[in-house]
Amino acid sequence: MFRAPPARFVVNGAEFDYAGDPRRTLLDFLRYDLALCGTKKGCDHGQCGACTVIVDGKRVNSCLTLAVMQDGCEITTIEGIGTPHHLSALQRAFIKHDGFQCGYCTPGQICSATALLQELRNGWPSIGEPDDDLRERMSGNLCRCGAYSNIIMAIREVIEEPAA
Amino acid sequence: MFFSYDTPDHRNLLDQTRQGVIGRPLDRPDGPLKVAGVATYSAEYQRPECAEGVLVCATIAQGRVTCIDTDAALAMPGVLGVFSDKAMLRRPAQGGADKAPVQDVACVEYFGQPVALVVATTFEQATHAAKVLRVEYEPGGEVPHDPEAATSEPAQDPEVLGDLDAAMASAAHSVDLAITTEGHASAALEPHVSIAEWRDDALTIWGSYQMVGHNVKELADALRIAPDRVRIRSAYVGGGFGSKLGISHDALAAAIAARALGRPVRVVLTRQQVFDTIMRRSETRQRLRLAADTGGRLIGLGHEAWVSNLPDENFAEPVTQATAFLYGGDNRHLAVNVARISRLTAGSVRAPGEAVGMQVLEAGMDELAEKIGLDPIVLRKRNLPATLPGKGIPYSSRMLSEALDTGARRFGWDKRKPRPRMQRDGEWWIGMGVASAARVNMMQPAAALVRLEADGMVRVETDQTDIGTGSYAILGQIAGEMLGTPIERIDVALGDSALPMGAGSGGSFGATSTGSAVFRACEAIRDELAHRLGVPTDALELKDGIASGGGKSAPITQLLKGETLERTGRIKPGKTEQDYSQASYGAFFCEVAVNAFTGETRIRRMLGVFGFGRVLNEKTARSQCLGGMVWGIGAALTEELAFDLRDGRLVNHDLAEYHVPVHADIPDLDVVLLDERDAPASPLQAKGVGELGICGAAGAVANAIYNACGVRPRSFPITLDKLLAELPDPLEGET
Repeated sequence: MFRAPPARFVVNGAEFDYAGDPRRTLLDFLRYDLALCGTKKGCDHGQCGACTVIVDGKRVNSCLTLAVMQDGCEITTIEGIGTPHHLSALQRAFIKHDGFQCGYCTPGQICSATALLQELRNGWPSIGEPDDDLRERMSGNLCRCGAYSNIIMAIREVIEEPAA
Repeated sequence: MFFSYDTPDHRNLLDQTRQGVIGRPLDRPDGPLKVAGVATYSAEYQRPECAEGVLVCATIAQGRVTCIDTDAALAMPGVLGVFSDKAMLRRPAQGGADKAPVQDVACVEYFGQPVALVVATTFEQATHAAKVLRVEYEPGGEVPHDPEAATSEPAQDPEVLGDLDAAMASAAHSVDLAITTEGHASAALEPHVSIAEWRDDALTIWGSYQMVGHNVKELADALRIAPDRVRIRSAYVGGGFGSKLGISHDALAAAIAARALGRPVRVVLTRQQVFDTIMRRSETRQRLRLAADTGGRLIGLGHEAWVSNLPDENFAEPVTQATAFLYGGDNRHLAVNVARISRLTAGSVRAPGEAVGMQVLEAGMDELAEKIGLDPIVLRKRNLPATLPGKGIPYSSRMLSEALDTGARRFGWDKRKPRPRMQRDGEWWIGMGVASAARVNMMQPAAALVRLEADGMVRVETDQTDIGTGSYAILGQIAGEMLGTPIERIDVALGDSALPMGAGSGGSFGATSTGSAVFRACEAIRDELAHRLGVPTDALELKDGIASGGGKSAPITQLLKGETLERTGRIKPGKTEQDYSQASYGAFFCEVAVNAFTGETRIRRMLGVFGFGRVLNEKTARSQCLGGMVWGIGAALTEELAFDLRDGRLVNHDLAEYHVPVHADIPDLDVVLLDERDAPASPLQAKGVGELGICGAAGAVANAIYNACGVRPRSFPITLDKLLAELPDPLEGET
C-alpha cells in the first residue's frame, strides 16, 4: 500500500492534514477531498491554467504539484478570494466587463490575475508596454470562449483603481 | 403541438413594451457564481459513494479487440471493475441525432477509440489500473488514413446552375484557386464528463451537454430503455463549440458501470481523450473559381470542397453553405465531396461550414478585386444579389453593405496601402485586410414554460443550455420585457431535461428559438392579464409590476389574486424558413504585422461589425462576437490538427501542441453591433450570433497578410514556414 508522509497546510485560512494517496495532485485534493470545485481541471498537464491557485503568494498550476508536497504551505483558491456576496474588486470587474462566457477558465484567470497584481506591486520585471506585459503575464491561462479582450479590460481597471 | 413560424411577425412587440431591459448590456445573472467558483459544473456534483471511471483507448488504428486481460488490473487496490460492454460508444453522436451513434467498442475504427472502462474507488487508482490493463488486438482494416489516398464519394446535392466553365472562359477577370484548411478541435476547456446514477431503473446523468433533450433520446436508444427513464442535467457547461452536441463515450460508459456496480460512477475524459475521440472539424481542400465581367460583376462562382469522415458517418463539413447565398453569379457550381478515412469522427465544430468556407471565399474575393483593380469593399457590395441565386426568394434582412461601410469608416480603411509592401515598421511589414461575415440563420423547435408567481416573481424553465452564450441572461430579459418585471425578480432555470425542451445550444439557434418560445409563453400570460384587467391585449402595458391600458391600471399581483399563472410557449420553423433566405452578416477589418525576417504574423488591430437582427443583450452578444473573432484568428494563424498518415493518430492531442490563441495573441478587439430587425427570422426580430464572429474572420487576416508582405496564403493556418519561403529579401524596404 501507499504510505504518504503527512503534510500539514492551510487552504483559505483553514488548516488541513493530508496523509492519503501520494499520487493525489493538489488539484484533485481540492476537488475531491475538500469539495472546493472552483479550481478547475481543464487538461491535468499544466497546459491550460484552469487549475491556477495561489501558493505562498505565487501562481501555481495545482495539477502539476502533489498534495503531499504542500507541507507548510499557505494556499488560496478562488473560494478564498471572494464569495458571490462578497466579491473581490477583480471578480466584480470580470462581471462588469464580461471577462468570461462559459466560466470554466474563470477561477484560474482570476487567481492568476490576483497574483499578477501582487507581482506588479513587487516590481517584477516587465517585458514591455503595459498591455503587452499584461497579456504576456496572463498567457498561461487559456480561454477558449475568447474573452481575452474583456479579461484584460477587467484587470486593467483594477490596476488603474486608486489603492483602496 | 408546436406552432410553426409561418408569417413574419411585424408587430415588433419588443419595441413597444415598456420595461426597457431588452437589448441592454446587463451583467450575466450567473456571473457572481462563476467568478466565485461556485457555479457547479457536471463533474462537481457530490454523489454518495461515487466511483471513478477512466477510459482505456485503442493503440491500433483498425481491427478487433481479441482479449482484455483484466486480472492484473482487478487485483490492484480499489479497482471495482473493468467494462467493455457492447453498448459502449465507438463514436460520439452527431448534433441532433436523436438516436444511438455507432456502438460496440470491440471493433476499432480509429486510433485512440475507447475500448474499455476501468472503475475504482479513487481517480488515482482508476488511472493507474487503466494504464496496467492489457488489451490484445487483431489488427485489420482497409480504410485509408490519408484523405488524399481515399476516393471521394461524389457530392450529394451539388448546386449546379448554368455553365461555369464557359463563364470562366469568357470572363474579363477570373481567379481559380486551390486552398487547403487543416482540421480544428473544439477544445472546450471543460472536458467531457458524465456522472451516472441509477435509481429504480431510472438513470440520471450529470453531464456536460449542449442539447439535453436530444441527448436523452440518444442515451435511451443506446441503452435500449425508454427516454422517460433518462434525465440529463447540465446547469453549467464549460464550453461546447459543437463537441457536446451529441452524447459521448463517457455517458454510456458511466451508465453501464453504474448499473453493474450499483453505485454512481463518474467518467471524465482526459484532455488527450477529448482530442482523440470526440469530434474534429475535417480538413478541407477547396477549389474556388470566380468569374467577373469588366464591371466587376460576378458571372460565375464555383466552390468545391473535399472533406473527410469515417465510413457511413452522415456529417460532411458544409463548406459552401454561405457561398450559396452570399454573392451572385448566374453560372454556379457548389459541391462538397467526402472521403472515407480512418481518423476520429468528423462533426460540428463552431460554425461548421462557414468557419472554413468563408475564409477561402473571402481570400478569393480579395484576389479578384486586385485583378480587377477595384477596392475589395466595392467588389463585395457590387455582387450582393437581389434575390437568392437559383431560388429567387428574398433576403429576410441583410446588413452587409452597412457593415462594410461602417467598418471602413471606423477602422480607417482609407489609410490602407493599395499594394503590398508599402508600409514597414522596423522589421515588420504592415497591412490591412477586409472580409465579409456571413452565417446561415436557423430556427429549431423549442418550448419553454414561464410562471408568473402570485407575488409577481417570474420563473422561466426550459432545458435550453447556457454554454457561455448568455442564455441565462437573455431569456430572463425577454421575460422581463414582456411581463413588465424588473430583472432582479426573474429566475431562469436551465439545462435539465425534466423541463420543457428548448432548442439547445448549437448552430447559433439557441437564443432566437428558445427565446421565441419564452416570448410566446409570455404572450399567453399577457393575454390573460389583459383579460383580467378588462382591456384588449394590444392596449396592455406592463411595467415594473403594474398593468395598465384603456384608462385602467392595477398591480399585476392584484390581477393574479393569489394564484400562479403559467403558460408554455412553443415554436418551430415554418414557412418563413422557405420563403426567405435568412442569415446573419457582418464585416471584418484586420491590421497585421508580418515579420520580414521570420514570417511571424501578429494581429495589431481587428474590428468586427455585425448585423444579426435585434440584439437581446448587448454585452453577451458582443462577447459572442469577440470570441468568434478569436477563433478566426486561431484558424488563420495557429490551429491545426496534425495526423500521422500511417495510422491516423492525432499527433498534437493536447493544449500544448494544438495551439488555441492565448492572451498574447489577441489585442483589444473592437466590435460594433448594428441596429436591425429581422421579422422573418423570429418573432423577436433576432437572428443567431454565436458563430458569426468566426465566419470570414480568417479571410480578413489572410488578406491583411497579403497587403502587408505580398504573399497570398494558399494554406490555413498561415504559419511562419508558409510565408518564409515566399517573403522577399527582408532588407528590402527597411526603414
